[in-house]
Amino acid sequence: MGIQDEVSVLRRIPLFAHIEAQKLKLLAFTSERIVFEAGQTLFLQGDEGDAAYVIIEGQADVLVNGPHGPVSIAQMERNAIVGEVAILCDVPRTATIKASTRLDTLRIRKEHFIELLTEFPELSIEIMKILAQRLGRTSTELSEARSRLRELGA
Amino acid sequence: MNPSLFRYIWQHTRRDQIWIIFVILISMPFLFMALDLPKLIVNGPIQGRGFPTPDATVRFFELKFTLPAWLGGVKLDLFNGVELGRLSYLVALSLVFLALVCINGLFKFYINTFKGRLGERMLRRLRYELVDRVLRFPLPHFRKVKSAEVATMIKDEVEPMGGFIGDAFVQPVFLSGQALTAMVFILVQSYWLGMIAASIVIVQAFLIPRLRKRLLVLGKQQQLTARDLAGRVGEVVEGIAEVRTNDATNYERADIAHRLGRIFFIRYELFQRKFFVKFLNNFLAQLTPFLFFLIGGYFAIRGTLDIGQLVAVIAAYKDLPGPIKELIDWDQQRQDVQIKYGQVSEQFSPEPMTPSLLQVPTSGQVPRIDKPIEIKGLSVTDDTGSKVLENADFTINPGEWIAAVGEVNAGGEAAAEAIARLAVPSAGRIRIGEELLETMSEAITGRRVAYVGPDTYLRNTSIRDCLLHGLMNHPLRPSALGLPALSDSIAFEASASGNCSLDIEADWLDLERVGAAGATEMTGRILRMLELVEIDDDIFEYGLRSSPGSVATPEFASGILAARNALKERLDASSLGHTVEPFDPVRYQAQATVAENLVFGAALDPDYRSEQLSTNPLVLSILADAGLAEQLFQMGRQIAATVIDLFAGLPPDHPFFDRLSFVRAEELPAYRAVLAGIGERPYAQTVPADRAMMLSLAFGYIEPRHRLNLLAEQTKADIVAARQKLQSELRKRETAAVAFYEPDDFNAASSLEHNILFGRIAHGIADAPATVRQAMRETLLDLGLRDAVLEAGLSFVVGPGGKRLTHSQRQRIGLARALLKQPDLLIVNRGLGALSARSQRSILHALIGVAKVPDKQPDFAVFWVLSTPTLVDAFDRVVVFHDGRIAADGDPAKLLETDSRLKRLVA
Repeated sequence: MGIQDEVSVLRRIPLFAHIEAQKLKLLAFTSERIVFEAGQTLFLQGDEGDAAYVIIEGQADVLVNGPHGPVSIAQMERNAIVGEVAILCDVPRTATIKASTRLDTLRIRKEHFIELLTEFPELSIEIMKILAQRLGRTSTELSEARSRLRELGA
Repeated sequence: MNPSLFRYIWQHTRRDQIWIIFVILISMPFLFMALDLPKLIVNGPIQGRGFPTPDATVRFFELKFTLPAWLGGVKLDLFNGVELGRLSYLVALSLVFLALVCINGLFKFYINTFKGRLGERMLRRLRYELVDRVLRFPLPHFRKVKSAEVATMIKDEVEPMGGFIGDAFVQPVFLSGQALTAMVFILVQSYWLGMIAASIVIVQAFLIPRLRKRLLVLGKQQQLTARDLAGRVGEVVEGIAEVRTNDATNYERADIAHRLGRIFFIRYELFQRKFFVKFLNNFLAQLTPFLFFLIGGYFAIRGTLDIGQLVAVIAAYKDLPGPIKELIDWDQQRQDVQIKYGQVSEQFSPEPMTPSLLQVPTSGQVPRIDKPIEIKGLSVTDDTGSKVLENADFTINPGEWIAAVGEVNAGGEAAAEAIARLAVPSAGRIRIGEELLETMSEAITGRRVAYVGPDTYLRNTSIRDCLLHGLMNHPLRPSALGLPALSDSIAFEASASGNCSLDIEADWLDLERVGAAGATEMTGRILRMLELVEIDDDIFEYGLRSSPGSVATPEFASGILAARNALKERLDASSLGHTVEPFDPVRYQAQATVAENLVFGAALDPDYRSEQLSTNPLVLSILADAGLAEQLFQMGRQIAATVIDLFAGLPPDHPFFDRLSFVRAEELPAYRAVLAGIGERPYAQTVPADRAMMLSLAFGYIEPRHRLNLLAEQTKADIVAARQKLQSELRKRETAAVAFYEPDDFNAASSLEHNILFGRIAHGIADAPATVRQAMRETLLDLGLRDAVLEAGLSFVVGPGGKRLTHSQRQRIGLARALLKQPDLLIVNRGLGALSARSQRSILHALIGVAKVPDKQPDFAVFWVLSTPTLVDAFDRVVVFHDGRIAADGDPAKLLETDSRLKRLVA
């Protein structure tokens, strides 16, 4: 699969949906195509973040360290982007990502990603939207969890 | 060194100087005869004097002497000669003339060669003596000298002395003889004309040297400024990191420009004056004939001098200015050389110089140091005069391990340097048994004591040679490569110049002293030592990256080939086979560039390196024949167009350019211009420079990495065909331009790593490089090849001063070198300071594990100035230094309890 195909995959990712083809091609060209076998980890929770990954094909587990070892909290599928938080705000990886099937990814290096955001403000807005959506979802989940806790306590 | 150059020359070349003067004297009669003979030929056979009748004869080569009356007045008829007619006489005399020409020529040849050799020998002696003195300089003196200055003095400043030394005594004797003869001749012809000539000569001899005085001063200044310049340039080179990191390059430029300006003005004044002196000299030389014409003519008109005399005087005068001028030149050269010599000898006489007796070459084994080393009242002052160690008393017993701790420069360092003879005590004594350390031969302390300082200097050789440096003290056996026929004359010349006659080509490696049976055993010890100082992993990497070249033994090569197969099996077994794409002569290697696929081997001839390929005529013709040139050219165009399109408008320092392996950002405009110039034209209609640019883009392309979908299966097959064509073409020419990749052959031009991998790690597979490297390491370990690779790593060349190694690597090598020497006393002066405390501890414990066997006294004593005081618990005794004095001395465990200072240091 060449750059052209990668561009069409990127097209379908909501984050990049509104970016013109020319820029997507540049993004694809400057990124690395990396394949993970099932069971291989993309990165570990607590590591320093150096890249984000766009999933082109396959599935990955999102694992968080719990008191009894890692717990799977979510599944990521094609057209998802993972690992962007750590490279956006210089915090250690908040979760471990592990390939659950053969995983085809596009690896975007941190400095390229930041560069892209400054180059293309529309991308920043998309990122903001995604983060806001996630925050909204997390807040909802948090308040649900709280009310359930209260019920249990009551 | 003798302060006077002449005495120095006379002292060493007396016999040669007398001999050469003797030879010159012998040559004089022949010279005179050669001058006289033309007159005989012209007057005799040509003009017919002595041949009154056509058939008259003369006697040739008649040897008849009449002894003086006081010897009895006997007539001696040695040879009656031969009767010769006029023509045969002409032939005979001409042949004599020819013979004299030959004899005189040979005399001249002999004299010049002899003088030249004399000068060269003295130059060699002088240079050797200067280096010998450098080796014996008091060590603190080295803090004040610049190495580049010392080097220029030895190399350049003594150079003119060599030319002068051959002439030092001969020239004045010879020239003054010539001048005197001419002078006497003129005086005999006419007293007054003689007086005129003499007075001009006196004026010349008086005036010129005075004018030249300033020249000498300038010459001296020029020498000093030039030497300073060399010193400064050396300083800039050595301190380039400081210069660059402080934006001081322009300060350096200004400084150098300033110095060059000074040299310019000195030299300008120098040659202005030189030419003025020359002018004056010429003028005075021409003034004399003027006076001769005027005054001599006046006398001739008056009739007091006949014309013949006047002509003879003027003719004789021709021989006078030459020698006089040369004499003056000689005198100037003498003063010049004497000044230079004086300066150099002054620079090379710092006191107190180590007596040469202490450095006498010592063959055989020296006695071990098995007595206590007693330090009594030891004080050391640094070059500013402040005391860095005061009145220290302690003893190092055989086999005792002592730690010295304290703040930086609290005294331990000075003590270590004094025991290693690097610092000269200002008071106190160090004794080994009964002997004073300062009077011991360096052969004993240098072989039985090992010193590891904070800065380990490594010569620019292989790691192996660096490690064995301490075992090269005296030649043991003539080398296998020695040329015995030459060595006699070489040894003779060395002794004639007062050089040492030790053979550098001989085998110096003293394995006997460390009890090693042979080179193989020594290599084994070196490898274990590398493990002890924990540098083995680094050396292993150097070994993997090294190309064995032609030195690889067949066993080693077959071992590496075995590793190649074993690695493949190992990767396949753990289903990692796809991480490496092997080199296959009949298949396209997708993970390599197009250029690498064409050449398919390690380029031995630089013309076959990837970056040169687009201008290589053979490659281009093969590509053209296969129709590939057009394809690759179009591919290059597409890459250029894509890249220009993608990167348009990005600033050249943009990080995206990192990904562009084949074009640099600043080259993009050039590509844009070429692309526009080419337009739609095919390969055949473009100029070679444009083609080369497009081709080199295509040559750098790797499909899995750049992913532009440019390589069709047919193109790949064509490239493989072109590869095979190139191979057979190069084989036909029998040039070793490329070492081709052969699946069953060891490739001596590639690194070990490439030989074992024999393929490329695939792009786009997560963690592939790390996994493959780990598998390679394990494979080599399994096959027992780790030592062989380590050994290959030992030939890594460390760079000037060891700069290709890191500071901590140098320190590890320094400790390994000291231990390989098997000393009786090991002094470590903050010798591992660049390592982490954890590494220091683990190396120290490894050393203890090897050296300290229970119930046995260790083979060597240790005096270790610790940079990490927490390590004191590993030692038998600890000496705490504070402010240049010993604050405590005793058992570490007890002192750790009682001594507050030590407690603070380890806290």
